[in-house]
Amino acid sequence: MDALEHVFYAEEVARADGLLQRLDARVKLLGLLALILPAAAARRFVVLEGLFAVAVVLAALSRVSFGLLLKRVWIAVLLFTGVIALPAPFVTPGRAVYQLPWLGWPITAQGLESAGYLVLRVETAATLCVLLVLTTRWNHVLKALRVLRVPAVLVTILGMTYRYVFLVLQTAHDMFESRRSRMVGELTGGERRRVAASSAGVLMSKTVDLSSEVYLAMQSRGFRGDVYILDESRIQRFDWIMLAGFTLISAAAFWWGR
Amino acid sequence: MHIPDGYLSPSTCAALYGGAAPFWYVALRKTRKLLFTRLVPLISVFAAFSFVIMMFNIPIPGGTTAHPLGVGIASIVLGPWVSMIALSAALFIQAVFFGDGGITTLGANCFNMAIVGSLVAYLAYRAMAGRSAITSSRRVVAASLSGYFAINAAALCAAVELGLQPHFFKSASGAPLYAPYSLGISIPAIMIGHMTFAGLAELVVSGGVVAYLQKANPSLLSFTGPGLPLGPAEGAVAASGSGWKAARPLWTAVALLLILTPLGLLAAGKAWGEWSVHDFSGAAARQEIARASRNVGPPSQAPSGLRRFSTVWTAPFPDYSPSFVRKPAFGYFLSAMFGTGIIILLSIFVSWLAAKARAEQAEQTREPRKRER
Repeated sequence: MDALEHVFYAEEVARADGLLQRLDARVKLLGLLALILPAAAARRFVVLEGLFAVAVVLAALSRVSFGLLLKRVWIAVLLFTGVIALPAPFVTPGRAVYQLPWLGWPITAQGLESAGYLVLRVETAATLCVLLVLTTRWNHVLKALRVLRVPAVLVTILGMTYRYVFLVLQTAHDMFESRRSRMVGELTGGERRRVAASSAGVLMSKTVDLSSEVYLAMQSRGFRGDVYILDESRIQRFDWIMLAGFTLISAAAFWWGR
Repeated sequence: MHIPDGYLSPSTCAALYGGAAPFWYVALRKTRKLLFTRLVPLISVFAAFSFVIMMFNIPIPGGTTAHPLGVGIASIVLGPWVSMIALSAALFIQAVFFGDGGITTLGANCFNMAIVGSLVAYLAYRAMAGRSAITSSRRVVAASLSGYFAINAAALCAAVELGLQPHFFKSASGAPLYAPYSLGISIPAIMIGHMTFAGLAELVVSGGVVAYLQKANPSLLSFTGPGLPLGPAEGAVAASGSGWKAARPLWTAVALLLILTPLGLLAAGKAWGEWSVHDFSGAAARQEIARASRNVGPPSQAPSGLRRFSTVWTAPFPDYSPSFVRKPAFGYFLSAMFGTGIIILLSIFVSWLAAKARAEQAEQTREPRKRER
């Protein structure tokens, strides 16, 4: 049910009055992608730090709480990527700068640098990505995908998938809860595996039935297999200015980060 | 296995987006032709299912739990093309909305899990299930193993992509810019986890769901068993049920080999009796042979038979490590997987021959009965 909480919070932030919320979704998608790409390509710490600072400023101007960013992104990434990067200083060949007291393992400068690149890069990209998701309604993100020439049928599939994720999630949750509420005592490992596999099977059967029902509902409303998407939003002057700003920062980051 | 942003260089990401694009294109065209108007609701709802199934916790023997990917079961029920799009949609939502996997690396993640995973699962399932009845136990085994192979193939792709990064992308001082571990580390680190925990979760879900559907909803399994009767009640091929039982020791051996392979990396020195011609001339190698043979020294020259035959057969993977791989550990691992693949293919071929022979026998016994009528 964490997913649902996440969604409610995202919808709330997306409705708030902030800098990124006022932007057209297409401009926001292109602009933030334009920042993620140099973050992925940068070969200098200073550029990565600069992009991270830009992300933090954008978050502040868009009223995204730092507490949430800290918990959901910065600490989460540090825990996952930090653990992965931890052995890098010891195994990367290079100039030794320190030796562990008892074990005698050398820590190399190149290893430290490599771990730093990885953690900072992932933090920056993840923060920018979260900003896009938190400040944009999901259906607007999807419509914006049309700018990247994603076929309309795929955009529709993604939109419907998103809608049914919560229904299927709720169904699975209900199934497990009803099972648990009728159970006394603990199951053995084998029984638990069998329960999980049959639940997946039941869920799959329900999914197929659901898709037939959805199909019939769509057909009865005149669906003939063609997909149309309404593009009602207009790009304002403010959007153009922000797009120019994003492009400028992105080009500068690419240039400095070479 | 969801690679986040920042682990792969932009050029690798671009290459993998490029690698995934033709598959997406073909998959969309194929599925559109197949189920023109049903496409959108079926794929959407199924992508939602894949998304949810990735959140299932499967208890693994040993007390831990692992998440399945659902790629095995999706390919078996829907075929590889629909499964490819459904899983890609699920991965997109995971990446963009829940931050699990990156945006720049989405192409790579879709390539590994949705495309390679679906194709491997489908091909392995079709090859192993053969023409057995929809409700035969052979299909359960085939489904379990195809899920296991699919997730491991996807993990291997991810490990190779990550492991190649430090070879190609370094800063001026020589520090790796992206994923820092070379193939020799990334492959064992990722594969050991997937061959055990994640692989088992996928195995349990794929096999378990097929076993459940055989009882509850066999029609869902008919896509990958076209034209087959749905159960023994409708006159299924009875012989196919015995497939798993006959091959059980073989599969057990293969599984054991797969699991024990990394131990080969830890054992020092050469296996007793696996000496080459050169080992008889080097002083260090001679000492080692003597130590391993309870201090009985080897002859001063290599046995003439060994010398003669050593030129007859050159293995495709000499000394278990292909020349293009520098790290012996990686070579050992790759060779083991290659060898396992050959063993599995051989066993499939043998079981196919046996099934054919059985079918012919059944045909012959049926013929006279028809004439009697």
